[in-house]
Amino acid sequence: MAEALARITKLTDLGMIQIRADLAAAGDAIAAACGVAIPAATAMVAKAPRRLCWMSPDELLLVLPLAEVPEAVVALTAALEGQHALVLDVSDMRSAFGIEGAKAEQVLMKLCPADLAKMPADGMRRTRAAQVACGVWRQGDGFVLIGFRSVSDYLLGLLNGAAQAGTQLDPR
Amino acid sequence: MSDSGPFRLSKGGRLIDRAYQLPFRFDGREFRGVQGDTIASALLACGQMMMGRSFKYHRPRGPLASGAEEPNALLGLGEGGRFEPNQRATTTRLLEGMVANSQNCWPSLSVDIGVMNNWMYRFLPAGFYYKTFIHPRAAWKHLFEPIIRRSAGLGKAPTEADPDTYEQAYSHVDLVVVGGGIAGLTAARDAARDGKSVTVLEQNPHWGGRTPTDHADGQALIEALLSELRALPNVTLRRNTMATGLYDHGYLLAREALADHDPDAGIPRQRLWRIRAGHVIVASGALERPLSFAGNDVPGVILASAVRDFIADYGVAPGKRIVVVTNNDDAYRTALTALDAGLDVVAVIDARPNATGALPESVRARGVRVLTASAIAGINGSTSVEAVKICSHAGEGKVLEIIEADCVAMSGGWSPVVHLWSHCGGKLIWSETQAMFLPDISRPPTGADGMGMATPVGAAAGDLAVSGATGAAPEQPLMPVWVMPMHASRKMKFKMWLDFQNDVKVSDVELAAQEGYQSVEHTKRYTTLGMATDQGKVSNINGLAVLSAALKQPIPQTGTTTFRPPYTPLTLGTIAAEARGDLFQPLRKTPMHGWHEAHGAHWEPVGHWRRPYCYPQSGESHSDAVAREVLAVRGGVGTLDASTLGKIVVKGPDAGRFLDMIYTGMMSSLPVGKCRYGLICNENGFLIDDGVAARLSDDTWLVHTTTGGADRIHAHMEDWLQCEWWDWKVYTANVTEQWAQVAVVGPQARTLLERLGGIDLSAEALPFMGWAEATIAGIPARIYRISFSGELSFEVAVPAKRGLELWQKLHESGADLGITPYGTEAMHVMRAEKGFIMIGDETDGTVIPQDLGLGWAISKKKSDYIGKRAQERSFMASTERWKLVGLESTDGRMLPDGVYAVAEGENANGQRNLQGRVTSTYVSPTLNQPIAMGLVLHGPDRMGEMLEFPVQGQVSYRARIVDPVFYDKEGSRTNG
Repeated sequence: MAEALARITKLTDLGMIQIRADLAAAGDAIAAACGVAIPAATAMVAKAPRRLCWMSPDELLLVLPLAEVPEAVVALTAALEGQHALVLDVSDMRSAFGIEGAKAEQVLMKLCPADLAKMPADGMRRTRAAQVACGVWRQGDGFVLIGFRSVSDYLLGLLNGAAQAGTQLDPR
Repeated sequence: MSDSGPFRLSKGGRLIDRAYQLPFRFDGREFRGVQGDTIASALLACGQMMMGRSFKYHRPRGPLASGAEEPNALLGLGEGGRFEPNQRATTTRLLEGMVANSQNCWPSLSVDIGVMNNWMYRFLPAGFYYKTFIHPRAAWKHLFEPIIRRSAGLGKAPTEADPDTYEQAYSHVDLVVVGGGIAGLTAARDAARDGKSVTVLEQNPHWGGRTPTDHADGQALIEALLSELRALPNVTLRRNTMATGLYDHGYLLAREALADHDPDAGIPRQRLWRIRAGHVIVASGALERPLSFAGNDVPGVILASAVRDFIADYGVAPGKRIVVVTNNDDAYRTALTALDAGLDVVAVIDARPNATGALPESVRARGVRVLTASAIAGINGSTSVEAVKICSHAGEGKVLEIIEADCVAMSGGWSPVVHLWSHCGGKLIWSETQAMFLPDISRPPTGADGMGMATPVGAAAGDLAVSGATGAAPEQPLMPVWVMPMHASRKMKFKMWLDFQNDVKVSDVELAAQEGYQSVEHTKRYTTLGMATDQGKVSNINGLAVLSAALKQPIPQTGTTTFRPPYTPLTLGTIAAEARGDLFQPLRKTPMHGWHEAHGAHWEPVGHWRRPYCYPQSGESHSDAVAREVLAVRGGVGTLDASTLGKIVVKGPDAGRFLDMIYTGMMSSLPVGKCRYGLICNENGFLIDDGVAARLSDDTWLVHTTTGGADRIHAHMEDWLQCEWWDWKVYTANVTEQWAQVAVVGPQARTLLERLGGIDLSAEALPFMGWAEATIAGIPARIYRISFSGELSFEVAVPAKRGLELWQKLHESGADLGITPYGTEAMHVMRAEKGFIMIGDETDGTVIPQDLGLGWAISKKKSDYIGKRAQERSFMASTERWKLVGLESTDGRMLPDGVYAVAEGENANGQRNLQGRVTSTYVSPTLNQPIAMGLVLHGPDRMGEMLEFPVQGQVSYRARIVDPVFYDKEGSRTNG
């Protein structure tokens, strides 16, 4: 049996903090509290082990090791004290998957309508996988896909199905 | 090697490999083809010309074409779950062991009772089924319909689930070239040289289109282009991929066959490509048209191009004595190909007065009779061609000569394949000289920038020979021939087929015109011309030319019917793709889903969530389980998985003001640490959701919505914030899935939670409608003292990852208290016992809070909230609106849900007047009696009055109007 198009793994150590604020006014405070610079639109800034992702003109997502979440929430909340802002631990409502291997992009091409081939190395793309919302960024020789916790089984089923051995998209 | 049939030529056949013999079955008989054959070529090689029967008259039919346009040779393919009706024999690759069956035959292909329709044609004229509707009325029901249903209709629908899988894939590319013939490959090369990303789609397994068959050195030209393209990194060449439709914004759908050739490959059978194309090159070629002469549907009458395809591509002789009939030079290629293969070409019948081009001359030079100004008057033979009757084309069909032949190769000219061009609005223009509709390049389908998004090339653009690339010599012009001979008798027209699949003849279209049909679209539907599975690929132009002649108007004035996707039928499986079985829909699961499953939960779908409806124990019915759960909660303690409850954080300096607009009640005045029940209406005043809001801090609230309301209410909030109150400083976040929530309910709820430690839950420390942050069983939690059952109740929210842990600890600690998990139905029963409304039961999109006696939840102090002004409109403020009451059945029967209460008198339609309806109805295990709620005219003022609810076939139900609160009217139980 041929090999699957990519290795699909469930990532269990990703913490996530949702940040909403006026990025023009609060950007410096947020960057200082996160220890990561503010990303440009549709991009992310990675500074191991953290990533700061652009989600919308007034929303960021800080991705970091789970153990660092409580402290980071406190730091961000303190940094944004007195400003109109929202800082929430959303780690538990998300699930994340690693899609690794030379044909990882083909797995996502079967599920996501976004043009991921054109996504730069520091890109962060909000799109959908079949019937559910997701976010995608590049990591290693593949991608990380984040979605909602309640549909973890659905996402895993989609990813494994799309990665099925012998289903590469290369012309035949 | 003649194992593969008496009509297999000893040499030739560029697509086949004689070394590999493939046995297969057709209509239960063993046949043998070779690798590379289509089913059609394999059957022809075996001398099996007849492959099916026509739709209406059950006429014997053989293949007309050699490709996707085939209207006749449609087979039922495969068995069981893999059975597929209406598969084209001409495009289906032969596989070893394949099982194929003819269709529309009764009892068999060779003996068909339905063929009596053949002499019944005068009773089945155009529009016959509309006519049979009219008179006598009884004839339709008892005579026409049963007969027509029995004898008409093509392949049968499969009856088993398809065992194959399908997938989809998205692609984004600068340029898509549809068609891998010489024009497409040339265009791809030119674009690729400019650095564009290019994808070429070819519906066949082989490249080159007609060029290798039709032009000297054609194969070499194609090979040269392919090797150039294969060396370019920005070019993708995809075979077996049929472009089905072009849509707005360059959205192109294409179906790639992956495992059609091998069902056991273990991969998806087909893949649907969803391509965003910057630009599309339409290089889809052209289709040859039949000629309309009497008997043009007899098996053995085949398009000239198909005859040479069968010879050149598959090494198969469609006949051994061939007559070519044509109005153009191109068909002479068929004569040359046949001669080269050693077959007899007994004559070329050319309708044109002269045939002096290079191709006719080279045929004459081979000693073949060329009869100009001639036509076919008829065919001898019914299941096969025996002889051809020759007449003058200019006459009425007087037979001048009879020529023995077993195959007629006909060509009425060519029609560019303009489907993709037309799908998205590209316009056509009629070419008088070529007698064809061409893409009008001045009116292309336009993209988002208003510029053309498609370009036709090659034969699809009317350049049939693509001489720029093939080097083909110029040909003499064709002569349009729509009816042959020109002045054919009415009787002959009854035998001239236009649409072979739907049995539409020249006589039918002329009859439609005579009966007053002028629009080509109406005529299409009246006669069914072009409405079969082939969508009239070979019939449309001939049909509208005949219609134009009958209406005495030029062809462009008649115009074409609309070209709609898909180009050829698409298997529904490709559209569903992965969305079947477990992945049919995204099932949403709570953190405790697995526990519920392990404990035998019977599921209720709520949106995409699955919630336990009840947990039946062995041998227990669902209603028994619900009753047990209700009594266990009211008598001790139970747990409900409330994780699906919507949770939306609303934060900001304007959050209080915002929530005062969202809710009918006042939320800005809610103290921190407290909860308040609220109603949400839309701008029309109708109640759309309800729930409890908790104030988390000075500027932060947590809004609870119904399970189904979370996404909807979050969107409602964002709609108002983004579109109306964009300058208000409010952030919202839907954190529904961040929290697992457990309702711990019943008189023992406090005892149980106190065992898990971490907080004082006394009524003084945490009063009703208060909330507190705490650590329960070592898990950080928020505890809300709210009740939807009337019992002492705490809703405990913990981070989702620890939800199962909390649930399990509750059940371990509560075992001796008889702790019972309960489902949504027990929750519904308990809320109904308390007279609490349920969104979706008491509300249906037409109900306002005032109807439900919820005026107390509407603030009188506020100047505005969403829905306020609507609720002040006269019909909303009317005292005649039906209002919420309880209903007590008087005979012990449970009222059926949704039944109406009748009032005196009848309305204008002679129906009984109505005065109310049941909105919720249950048997209360607590009270051991049926209970119900309903909306009743002047209901609250009519306590004690009786209502009648008639139900067909039963004694009317009767119920007394009562207070909707059936249980614990004082509300003392909420304190435990």
